[in-house]
Amino acid sequence: MSTSTQQSSAGPATSAPSQGALGGHEKQAPWVPWAVFGAAAAVALAISLLTGWNIVLFVIYTVVLGTLGTYLLSRVTEGSRKATDRLITCLVVSAFGIAMVPLVSLVYEVVRRGAERFDAEFFTASLQGVIGPGGGAYHAIMGTLIITALTTLISVPIGLMTAIYLVEYGTGRLKRSITFFIDVMTGIPSIVAGLFAYALFVLIFGPGIRLGIMGAVALSVLMIPVVVRSAEEVLKLVPNELREAAYALGVPKWRTILKVVIPTAIAGLATGVTLAIARVIGETAPLLITVGITNATNFNPFDGRMATLPVYAYYQLTQPGVPPQEGIDRAWTAALVLIILVMGLNVVARLISRLFAPKTSR
Amino acid sequence: MAKRIDVSDLDIYYGNFKAVEGVNLSIEPRSITALIGPSGCGKSTFLRALNRMHEVIPGARVEGKVVIEGQDLYGSDVDPVDVRRQIGMVFQRPNPFPTMSIYDNVAAGLRLNAKKTSKSDMDDLVERSLKGANLWNEVKDRLNRPGSGLSGGQQQRLCIARAIAIQPEVLLMDEPCSALDPISTLAVEDLMMELKEQFTIVIVTHNMQQAARVSETTGFFNLNGVGQPGRLIEYNPTEKIFSNPDEKATEDYISGRFG
Ligand SMILES: Nc1ncnc2c1ncn2[C@@H]1O[C@H](COP(=O)(O)OP(=O)(O)O)[C@@H](O)[C@H]1O
Ligand SMILES: [Mg+2]
Repeated sequence: MSTSTQQSSAGPATSAPSQGALGGHEKQAPWVPWAVFGAAAAVALAISLLTGWNIVLFVIYTVVLGTLGTYLLSRVTEGSRKATDRLITCLVVSAFGIAMVPLVSLVYEVVRRGAERFDAEFFTASLQGVIGPGGGAYHAIMGTLIITALTTLISVPIGLMTAIYLVEYGTGRLKRSITFFIDVMTGIPSIVAGLFAYALFVLIFGPGIRLGIMGAVALSVLMIPVVVRSAEEVLKLVPNELREAAYALGVPKWRTILKVVIPTAIAGLATGVTLAIARVIGETAPLLITVGITNATNFNPFDGRMATLPVYAYYQLTQPGVPPQEGIDRAWTAALVLIILVMGLNVVARLISRLFAPKTSR
Repeated sequence: MAKRIDVSDLDIYYGNFKAVEGVNLSIEPRSITALIGPSGCGKSTFLRALNRMHEVIPGARVEGKVVIEGQDLYGSDVDPVDVRRQIGMVFQRPNPFPTMSIYDNVAAGLRLNAKKTSKSDMDDLVERSLKGANLWNEVKDRLNRPGSGLSGGQQQRLCIARAIAIQPEVLLMDEPCSALDPISTLAVEDLMMELKEQFTIVIVTHNMQQAARVSETTGFFNLNGVGQPGRLIEYNPTEKIFSNPDEKATEDYISGRFG
């Protein structure tokens, strides 16, 4: 036993100095990999000019050749350990690049096409009486804001209180089953949430009903589990010592939660809620079923159909009218506004977590 | 207002696990009682049973009697929250509330309990408590800065100030100096000597010299083996424990010949 371990550990120990950083190989200058990739790009350019120009193939050639070249060069000059390191670095960076392609091209395309109608009229006019050019999405923007606000109003109290129950009070069976159902809810397809809300309101008001509040109920089904999950994680992060410190001062449990646990976690809670809003603000399918679409502005979620940005974009694209280009342009701008809203919410989330974070400056 | 504590036949459980067994002792008012013993023998557990902090752990329970000045702590009509207002606690790791300023940390006991207090009364109380904890001079210019920005020793004294601000009758301290440097430790020890004029103090410590320096009475806890309950082996005046203990185990532990 002991001899075999000694032997196996003796192998790398004796060979290490000959190839490791201690031994004879020089360290590569930092510009070398860049030069290799530059050469690879030149070769790739030559190949693709010979076989017919194609930007995608050119990039692929460059990356593959550059990676191979870097690996081989490093293997010869720096030894196998460093070479493997460089190979993995190239692979990781390539994977990152591949992951960025859809994001960048999506944002680029939406901005390019959405810029067409990104004007004042888009934000001030509805589609009432609009045939052909002009018109806007004021009614849809307001609809999205109202319905999302209602959704938040429903989901945040329920979600937060559920999370507080799970972290602070829950034990045994009830806690386990709630956790299980929250997991199930997380996976519910959004169309099912829409059908649920529709079926619920049909029971009360009869078939064909369309209301803003129905959309808020449907979106809440999607938002509640997200809020519960994020709030639960954040509340679990509050150190138990703080709760015990409060108990030891003779503070009842509910006041401890209200005055110590929640203030300590407020940054994370607010961030979680903001991200949950961002998650539901672009939902289309449930709103299609429950809220429908109108051309006029409707501020009342308890009376009749409302327009929302995603559904607006859907209808402008599928039923653009004549000439079709006007509707298609409006659809792209609606998509752009949605993306801006979601990005704005993410920025707000970051600001919140920075502003509310406990101050520990020394 | 210091009070006397009588413990009889106390068994303490975590679920089905008996962590401490058969403790009998009485703690004198206006004195410092030290509890020593190896890790895991149930000192913290015993201490937390004295102010009903033990039961906040799910499944934890207590059998036996703890009587403070004639009042049974575990009586059926006793509210644990009231008990904790009378018996304050300082923890091993300083744990000021991170969202609160130094001032608010000291005021926390009253504020969190929604006791209406005028601004000037509160100012007085905060100043008195911080002076009581020997921290006033170091922080009086920055009362509105976050409490978590203080050094470890200052944070621990802030926690002591927070504990004495609710004017408890007994102060329980669980290894209050184990996270502190020697100078802060001395500051806290001096503080304990002053505080015992008003409070009954029970302190858990791993530091023999500390027990010898500050306490009048010392209790030695020990356990026979892993999974066995801890027991109070000897409870005697500190001088006797450190010079001529009744039990062999105590002597072995104190002289470092243990296990
Ligand atoms: N929260 C807990 N749940 C279950 N067992 C615990 C818990 N805290 C402590 N114990 C057990 O109780 C025994 C005594 O622990 P403790 O009172 O912390 O010892 P000490 O403070 O003397 O080092 C140990 O065996 C420990 O494992
Ligand atoms: Mg302990």
